[in-house]
Amino acid sequence: MKNIFLVLKREYLVRVRKKSFIVMTFLTPILIAAFYGIIVWAAVGSFKSEHKTIQVIDESGLFKDKFKSDKNTTFELISGPVATVQKQLKGKEDNLLVHIPADIMSRPNGLQIYAEKNIGPMLKNRIEKVVQQGLRNIKLSKAGITQQVIEDANQDVDAQTYSLDDEGKSQSSSTMAAYVAGYAAAFLLYIFILVYGAGVMQGVMEEKSNRIIEVIISSVKPFHLMLGKILGVAAVGLTQFVLWGVLTFGVSSATQTLFGFNRFTATEEVMKKQAEQADPEVKKEMEKQQNNTLQTIENFSKSAQSLPLAKIFFCFLFYFLGGYLLYSSLYAAIGASVENQQEAGQFTFPIMLPIIAAIVFAQLAINQPDGSLAFWTSMIPFTSPVVMMARIPFGVPAWEIALSMALLVLGFVGTTWIAARIYRIGILMYGKKVNYKELSKWLFYKG
Amino acid sequence: MSHILEAHDIVKQYATHRALDGVSLSVPKGCIFGLLGPNGAGKTSLIRIITQITAPDEGYVLFDGQRLNPNHIQEIGYLPEERGLYKKMKVGEQLLYLAQLKGLSEREAMDKLKVWVKKFDIKTWWTKSIEDLSKGMQQKVQFVATVMHEPKLIILDEPFSGFDPINANLIKDEIIELRERGTTIIFSTHRMESVEELCDHIALVNKSRIILNGSKKDIKNQFKENSYSVRYHGSLGELSPDFELITTKDTGDGVHQATIRIVEDATVNKLVANLINQVELVSFHENIPSFNDIFIKAVGSDVPDESK
Repeated sequence: MKNIFLVLKREYLVRVRKKSFIVMTFLTPILIAAFYGIIVWAAVGSFKSEHKTIQVIDESGLFKDKFKSDKNTTFELISGPVATVQKQLKGKEDNLLVHIPADIMSRPNGLQIYAEKNIGPMLKNRIEKVVQQGLRNIKLSKAGITQQVIEDANQDVDAQTYSLDDEGKSQSSSTMAAYVAGYAAAFLLYIFILVYGAGVMQGVMEEKSNRIIEVIISSVKPFHLMLGKILGVAAVGLTQFVLWGVLTFGVSSATQTLFGFNRFTATEEVMKKQAEQADPEVKKEMEKQQNNTLQTIENFSKSAQSLPLAKIFFCFLFYFLGGYLLYSSLYAAIGASVENQQEAGQFTFPIMLPIIAAIVFAQLAINQPDGSLAFWTSMIPFTSPVVMMARIPFGVPAWEIALSMALLVLGFVGTTWIAARIYRIGILMYGKKVNYKELSKWLFYKG
Repeated sequence: MSHILEAHDIVKQYATHRALDGVSLSVPKGCIFGLLGPNGAGKTSLIRIITQITAPDEGYVLFDGQRLNPNHIQEIGYLPEERGLYKKMKVGEQLLYLAQLKGLSEREAMDKLKVWVKKFDIKTWWTKSIEDLSKGMQQKVQFVATVMHEPKLIILDEPFSGFDPINANLIKDEIIELRERGTTIIFSTHRMESVEELCDHIALVNKSRIILNGSKKDIKNQFKENSYSVRYHGSLGELSPDFELITTKDTGDGVHQATIRIVEDATVNKLVANLINQVELVSFHENIPSFNDIFIKAVGSDVPDESK
């Protein structure tokens, strides 16, 4: 036991003091914060756009006063051959030409926009919408429907979803929050297992190629060495996870106090900017949308709070440890059996397959958390950590979690047993190319 | 004489290869024991059983009279032929780590290391990474790691490889000093001159079996051919049938050298009497076989075992 702890301690200290660990741990939260900052900054900044002049040649004569100028855009109705105006556009980057042909009613695809540069999707949408709405109104009026009815018909529908809790009380829930939490947890687990599993393999290979292994295992049982290493790396992973959590929280709250906005007001800011330059009709529409979005965000944060966060956190720790132990012992066995990275490749591939499959199943499980595929893949130990983490935010019956956890424990005890038997032979085997047949023989060698 | 280590009928079978085939061996306390043998004879397999890296399929090992068990790990120091340390770890941390794995507390380890650090003059390397040291320095660090926990038995596999003559001497003196303090050393090497110089006992392993085992003196006697080297002036005629003239040669300045073997029951005195009648003797000494000769002779005459 004491030796396991000594190995664990060395493994932990060496890895935690590595430059790459320190850089990754401290840089990642800053990068995330910076990334977010850049997005907000870019979103706010991009709407301080320059003034556009849009010339409209309306050959149909149906859109005389449909285009409304505002602060940033001026619409000019002009006449004249399209070709001449096109020539005049040369060199005027801020000018556009909209050509509405005479037969627009029968051929709505005939609408043409000319510009020297590509025009943004916002502006294109706006022009199309004006024409589309114009045409629709005309067609509807022709069919005998009044303007009043048309406006009445423009109704927005947005469903509120409720999940019934145990006492039958309805609780506002947003599937979105569960979706995000499930996906984030599953993905994080997937990355952790891959990165730290490979870390264990590297460590074992290093000891073998260093030849220190013979000195060490004349003092420590191979199984203790393997276990100490695996647990040491797990401790490194948990440290990184906790530091990321603390730092991300720290950095984001520091940014908020520094710049005096929080995420929600930043979103509001972006929307306000967008709305400012829109024409009054669109503006109304946008304000409505904005309110909806704010509502959604509010709902989201409310329902995020309604997620069983403590449960998610506990399960994350459990499934991280379980999944990691399951895979890292196999990685350790591979590291012990091969002598270089190239050789390791052929053995790591079959191990990575179920992990990759797990993240695919997790995506399917998020869309159908109660499906039978989700159920079975969250029971099989090789996929259960990732898939179950994706399902838990949606609510999973306790017995399913308990069964899945028990199977996972059995799973990692099993893989650790197999791995230990391969490991103890492999670490002392030099100059021999191993294959699966050879590995399976090692299982039955006597100590 | 009591034995620190006794191996009884050890058998170790790998998939298709029997690495040790009924090996029995006794290592007396406080001696330097040479474990010799050609490459692939089974030395490493035997060492790995003694260090408890692997277990024998049959037979058993007694350490200091007790069945070998995990408590003995602390009593054994092992320097493998393939040296290795954690390259990126600092010298001090590495030594402390290895000492703690051998059961010392950090404090004990520190106290013991102080002595070695002074002796080997490695204080200035304490905070350096292993990879920044020369190969010889790394070897010194590894030697310290092997002996620092003051084990009763030290197993050294080719301890001099990679050392310059000065450092090799330093290590040699340490080995002798360790023996004087009562430590037993099992010494595996192919360098016969160091066997000649250091070992009190030897065992020769060939093809998974021990073919020679005993004290240096006994083995030398066993391989003595009763031959003598004679240098003389004059010319040597016929010798009596008790003696066989093997070679003669002229070494210049009128001095000749002859190798003569005494057949059966004749004595050295009789030979000398026989010689002084014919020639003017310059020198006369017995030919003692070197371990090099013994090694080659013993391994060369070992009949291949067909039973494998």
